[in-house]
Amino acid sequence: MASTQIDTEATIAWDDVLASFDPVMGLEVHVELGTNTKMFCGCATEFGAEPNTQVCPVCLGLPGALPVVNETAVESAIRIGLALNCEIAEWCRFARKNYFYPDMPKNFQTSQYDEPIAFNGFLDVELEDGTTYRVDIERAHMEEDTGKSLHVGGSTGRIHGATHSLVDYNRAGIPLIEIVTKPLTGAGERAPEIAKAYVATLRDLLKALDVSDVKMEQGSMRCDVNLSLMPKGSDTFGTRTETKNVNSLRSVERAVRYEMCRHGAILQAGGTILQETRHWHEDTGITTSGRPKSDADDYRYFPEPDLVPVAPSRETVEALRATLPEPPAQRRKRLQGEWGFSDLEMRDVLNAGLVDLIGETVEAGATPAGARKWWSGEIARRANAEGGVSVADYAAERSITPAHVVELEGLVTSGRLNDSMARQAWEGVLDGEGTPTAVADARGLELVQDDGALEAAVDKVIEANADVAQKVRDGKVQAAGALIGQVMKEMKGQADAGKAREIILSKLTS
Amino acid sequence: MTTDLTRASAAELSDLLAQGETSSVEVTQSLLNRTDAVDGDVHAYLHVDREGALATARDIDARRAAGEELHRLAGVPIAVKDVMATKGLPTTCGSKILEGWIPPYDATVVTRIKQAGMPILGKTNMDEFAMGSSTEHSAYGPTRNPWDLDRIPGGSGGGSSAVVASFQAPLAIGTDTGGSIRQPAAVTGTVGTKPTYGGVSRYGLVALASSLDQAGPCTRTVLDAALLHEVMGGHDPMDSTSINAPVPAVVEAARRADVKGMKIGIVRELTGDGFQAGVQARFDESVQHLVDAGAEVVEVSCPSFEAALAAYYLILPSEASSNLAKFDAMRYGMRVLPEGIDDPSAEQVMAATRDAGFGDEVKRRIILGTYALSSGYYDAYYGSAQKVRRLIADDFSRAFDTADVLVSPTAPTTAFRFGDKIDDPMAMYLNDIATIPANLAGVPGMSLPSGLADEDGLPAGFQILAPAAADERLYAVGSALEQRLLASWGGPLLGRAPELSTTTKGA
Repeated sequence: MASTQIDTEATIAWDDVLASFDPVMGLEVHVELGTNTKMFCGCATEFGAEPNTQVCPVCLGLPGALPVVNETAVESAIRIGLALNCEIAEWCRFARKNYFYPDMPKNFQTSQYDEPIAFNGFLDVELEDGTTYRVDIERAHMEEDTGKSLHVGGSTGRIHGATHSLVDYNRAGIPLIEIVTKPLTGAGERAPEIAKAYVATLRDLLKALDVSDVKMEQGSMRCDVNLSLMPKGSDTFGTRTETKNVNSLRSVERAVRYEMCRHGAILQAGGTILQETRHWHEDTGITTSGRPKSDADDYRYFPEPDLVPVAPSRETVEALRATLPEPPAQRRKRLQGEWGFSDLEMRDVLNAGLVDLIGETVEAGATPAGARKWWSGEIARRANAEGGVSVADYAAERSITPAHVVELEGLVTSGRLNDSMARQAWEGVLDGEGTPTAVADARGLELVQDDGALEAAVDKVIEANADVAQKVRDGKVQAAGALIGQVMKEMKGQADAGKAREIILSKLTS
Repeated sequence: MTTDLTRASAAELSDLLAQGETSSVEVTQSLLNRTDAVDGDVHAYLHVDREGALATARDIDARRAAGEELHRLAGVPIAVKDVMATKGLPTTCGSKILEGWIPPYDATVVTRIKQAGMPILGKTNMDEFAMGSSTEHSAYGPTRNPWDLDRIPGGSGGGSSAVVASFQAPLAIGTDTGGSIRQPAAVTGTVGTKPTYGGVSRYGLVALASSLDQAGPCTRTVLDAALLHEVMGGHDPMDSTSINAPVPAVVEAARRADVKGMKIGIVRELTGDGFQAGVQARFDESVQHLVDAGAEVVEVSCPSFEAALAAYYLILPSEASSNLAKFDAMRYGMRVLPEGIDDPSAEQVMAATRDAGFGDEVKRRIILGTYALSSGYYDAYYGSAQKVRRLIADDFSRAFDTADVLVSPTAPTTAFRFGDKIDDPMAMYLNDIATIPANLAGVPGMSLPSGLADEDGLPAGFQILAPAAADERLYAVGSALEQRLLASWGGPLLGRAPELSTTTKGA
């Protein structure tokens, strides 16, 4: 076949792809559920345990062992389905997906095939320009994870070139939900952005549902990108490739873009796309050929005879629907309005992951502006310096709570501290010196309320800075700033700068 | 004392133990001695656990002496089919591929017999992965029929029935996917029950066909079967297909043996043509005994049974092909490296191991099942077979509208000779024609001896089938028939079996 001779790594420019082709995307996201036990046995699911310590006859597939469905996982699956606006099956079964692989103990994966627990849904995704794209959801189904192979001896960590492989079955049997979109069309140049926004929105939703820790870097959320191009104006889908394990939001965006440019190059040169799985390379931002995959791949699915059908009653489904949290996008809009943040402020707060913390702090009695100010200042710098931990984690580790912020704000509004003193007090709190009040007490932070001392200081400063004072007398009121600074220095910072300004102006103007 | 402990039933041993007439150690040792004497010829065991059995026996004797309240069957020894996972004891399923595998856990049924305090004598021989009707497919050599050592003991559970028929154990556990408890019972002159699907936990039973497999008792009397059924049965949260209901009152039914007013349905499709004359004659007499005991006979028709064998040989291989995929040399059991390959891949090791480790019959069924499940063939084969299964269940349900139990000969013939059918899979498969429908529909069935066929003097089996969850009816009918047959024979049928030469070949 001549077409396969074409260099598959060639790409064309982004604008050239868009000029000639429309992309069709399909996104498959695997989510590890955060249940305490595995999908079909009672083994623990903790991440990072010693290899092969969280295993039993069932998840090792020992002869004779039988699966029992984890009811909590089914409930999570139904809640995910409902949050994705899906219909929930009244009756569905598990199926065996048969294929041989050493990290799969039974050499079949217990999954769902033509009877998924949830189907026909959608997720609205907000894009940068404020518009919304509706991602149609084909299905969400339950399955078990496989073990994890570690290929040793090669340079790449891939099986190619390895001398031997080790398998850790701790992950085998961890509950997974696979969420599959319908083919997404009409995205055009927004395809990479939509892909990224979809995965991000899905991640936020799953987090709000509290069903998974959705850590892409730990593999608890994994994305496969199916992509094909069709000539502009056509409605016949082209041949697709499936790029596996794209494991960060940025990579999802890049992988879509890369595959579009790669497909474009092949098609424009008159070649044909090979239906295959592709490996994503985070470092170089390219994909390379994996194994050929065809629709004829035969997994010999059949209903799992060791399990009884899952038949959630409508009452159960409605009870689970009642547990759904407010959708994250809707919640964000509501909070932005309630807090009076600008779009830019809200975006910063979102990017810093501060929504929940600010919410709790406002609830505890702080002003939204105050809460935003204290949680995004010094503490954010320190958290970032600690290797990029989130502010929430940084605070939690040090027992710094919303109550501290409320107290700090109270010290300012009561007039005990000025802004700069409050900053010092906050630093003390971050240094572990105790509550804001305790820090203020220990550091002797207190505005001087004695007007006599302040007036004396002002007089002294005016005398020492006669030239500046003259400028103020001549009407250059902004020159008073320099005097205020001197007064504050004289007062060792423990004065109310506003009051100092008042006194200076009353002495020099009038 | 004069009682031959090896010939005593479990019920009798239970009484003797309770009355202090004997000890579990004495019983266990007698049976082990019997095994030493006869199993060199019979080859019912793949593994004998002398120390383990005697240790349990000593423990039970001590606890009894200390006045502890014990289970009715405590101290009564039992043999276990080698398809059941037994912690610390080899479990091979009659296959080379599991040679040397020692399970780290017990099947639920094994846990229950251990909790009852029953010494486990050993693991019994079987066709490889329970595929066969003769034990000729065991990778470790066949078991011989105690009635005629040149004949098959039935299968797949030939070991469990032969161990009971040759007085090496009063009780054994079997499993029945298409007749593997009932057909061996029929050809060895013993009793075997396949309980309602879900009545006994499958946890730890190495699956042949998950939707058909069911463990049950192999014994010499109907009451013993009921006593063991009660120990084995009941809900198990480890098996999702296990029925969450109490075990049917099988012991009470066996003791009452009351069939007055019961309607006994003769299945038209499971008599007459194709059934050996002597087998049919004993069946007809047995039906007359039940009439004499007060039952009423009706004839029922189950037309879909004709398609049962075809459906069975699509469903079973399909499930088996998937169930047996786990034997891949990666985690346990045999590992064979392919010849002539320096750095074999995992796939190459899997292939070489499965090639060397599985016998021909296993390979035949894996290939059949893989084909039947393939895309493009699924609807025509697996899909159609499931429809037939539904029709068979409907036939049963209609039949049970007019009859309380259904009856038929258990197997079309008495025990055949080794080699007779080994090269003709269809002929071998046809031996299960009468037993397979019960597995497809999940209903319970029992086989008990109906006498000896005139033409060869070998045992024939009488099968009783009951609606799902009505296992007690098997025992009522079986016990009533057994009483009348024993009276007509003047003693147990096994009393007429030829004496086995008691060599000391050892097992």
